[in-house]
Amino acid sequence: MAGGHTPAALPPISEWIAIGARPADPRRPARPDDPARRTNVSTVSEPVSLSAPRGADAGLTPKQLADKYGLTVSGRRPGLFAYSKQLWARRHFIWAFATARLVAQYTDAKLGQIWQVVTPLLNCAVFYLVFGEILSNKDDNPYYVAWLCIGVFIFQFTQNAVQSGTRAIADNLGLIRALHFPRASLPIAFTVIQLQQLLISMVVLFAVVLLNGVEPGRTWILVVPALVLQSMFNTGVALIFARIGAKTSDISQLIPFAMRAWLFLSGVMYSISDKIKEWPEFWQKVMELNPASVYIDLVRHALAPIIYNKHQAQFLEFPPHQWKYGIAWGVGMLVIGYVFFWKAEEEYGRG
Amino acid sequence: MADTDLRGTDLAKGVADTRPRRKVFDADVAREPTVVVDDVHIVYRVHGAGSGKGSATSALSRIISRKRGSGVREVHAVKGVSFTAYKGEAIGLIGSNGSGKSTMLAAIAGLLPTEKGGIYTNGQPSLLGVNAALMNELTGERNVVLGCLAMGMAPADVKRRYQDIVDFSGINEKGDFISLPMRTYSSGMGARLRFAIAAAKTHDVLLIDEALATGDQAFQKRSKRRIEQLREEAGTVFLVSHDNASIRETCERTIWIEAGELIMDGPTEEVVRRYERGERP
Repeated sequence: MAGGHTPAALPPISEWIAIGARPADPRRPARPDDPARRTNVSTVSEPVSLSAPRGADAGLTPKQLADKYGLTVSGRRPGLFAYSKQLWARRHFIWAFATARLVAQYTDAKLGQIWQVVTPLLNCAVFYLVFGEILSNKDDNPYYVAWLCIGVFIFQFTQNAVQSGTRAIADNLGLIRALHFPRASLPIAFTVIQLQQLLISMVVLFAVVLLNGVEPGRTWILVVPALVLQSMFNTGVALIFARIGAKTSDISQLIPFAMRAWLFLSGVMYSISDKIKEWPEFWQKVMELNPASVYIDLVRHALAPIIYNKHQAQFLEFPPHQWKYGIAWGVGMLVIGYVFFWKAEEEYGRG
Repeated sequence: MADTDLRGTDLAKGVADTRPRRKVFDADVAREPTVVVDDVHIVYRVHGAGSGKGSATSALSRIISRKRGSGVREVHAVKGVSFTAYKGEAIGLIGSNGSGKSTMLAAIAGLLPTEKGGIYTNGQPSLLGVNAALMNELTGERNVVLGCLAMGMAPADVKRRYQDIVDFSGINEKGDFISLPMRTYSSGMGARLRFAIAAAKTHDVLLIDEALATGDQAFQKRSKRRIEQLREEAGTVFLVSHDNASIRETCERTIWIEAGELIMDGPTEEVVRRYERGERP
């Protein structure tokens, strides 16, 4: 027999309700030896509403009960492997979210999606006007326009990834507080948005490069691995800044200044290698390792190798080891950023 | 009493209770818990509150004088609530505004950390609602897909369910509205589509925060039926609402929370009656 039933006097209904609801000791809302719970009530509707475990589980504390049925702590951070698996399962959401965001961006504009192409074109026009015509950097480089546009587009890819990564958590608190998904989906989705935007810009870029008199060649295929590496780097950086930005929203005020400094130090508008020849060796090395200039150099070298051709009247030096640096930055940053972001997974959207 | 102790030791050894149970005595059969809330405290920390003045100079002087903490205020939203929910139950949460009901739901969903105590759940409880994932600039069509993916459905499932969701929402009853951006919908139409998307997925533990009773009469009827269905498919349903009628209709058990404390936990009829009269036990 499952329970030592001593059919005690049946208490009135109102009483067992009161017993069940007794808030005095919330850890044990009803004692296992409560007569109310032991009686063979058949005339009264079943008292399902009581919290206390019954039958074989009677007398267990909530913690023991949870352990017995294998309940897990709600909202605990999964292991790195399980997390990656969850993230992979959400890949369709990441892609759909990124595409939706990109489309939604221009729905209010009359020209609509045309802006996706026009915006980068205008960007190049402004930079060309200032650095090509007014400051006339183009004199010693016949392919200056192509050289400049590649630099601008590639740098903006990283710049936008950092900026949108910083706001990825803060701007989507509603989503985070309503739904369960690996939070890394958000910074990754925002990097995907930037990548989609870059791919549209690339169409413009190819046109600009061709119009500038650069002949297409087999090296163009190298653009693909270069962009893959840069995307990995950007994802890692976006993840890192997403975690920092989620905790310290002040950082988003500082990012624009840091980005502008980085832009001028990366040799986007002018060749930086001539200007730093006098610098101490340590700083020269640091400048050489600058990931932004590494990726810019890689794409420039792939799209317009003629700029670096030693048989030309004017040519630029293509720094050695750029591919190695590019791979190291891409893989390293992605791993570091991913782990760094995952470490705080359960804290996003709280507090 | 001795009998109880004996069973306790059985459990401690991890021995399954294989003794035959008398099913007639329903009250004595062990039920499968789905949510265990064990003496939970939840504290919100609000930054930028307190000390009144938010001007730049006062902020600067705070930084210089290194007076920290003055900008942080703590709100003790839930104070030591305990209860256990079992499979097949529909539980209503009632209480006045700001009593901590929604906080409790968010904590069960694992979206808020507990200060003290623990919340143990079977699987991943989900809040019913996808509003945050939807984008007003996009067409209803795209939003259906996006919302379903956000809830973790596979693309194949989304394709299969798509027509059901659109039909259920009734958006296309008066013409092809689903291919228009959601910002062009009336508020009722938007609410209907959001509910239709959110209700498309079944969950082990479903948490509903006042999502019922949107839209017109016909749609209300339909959504009530859908909630019933979700209840049957889900292990456990929690419903937060100020609409006592819908609590009475949906839930057989109700928990009354006031100022973060559990006032009463019992059959809906009794608890809601007392709540309406303001009689605390």
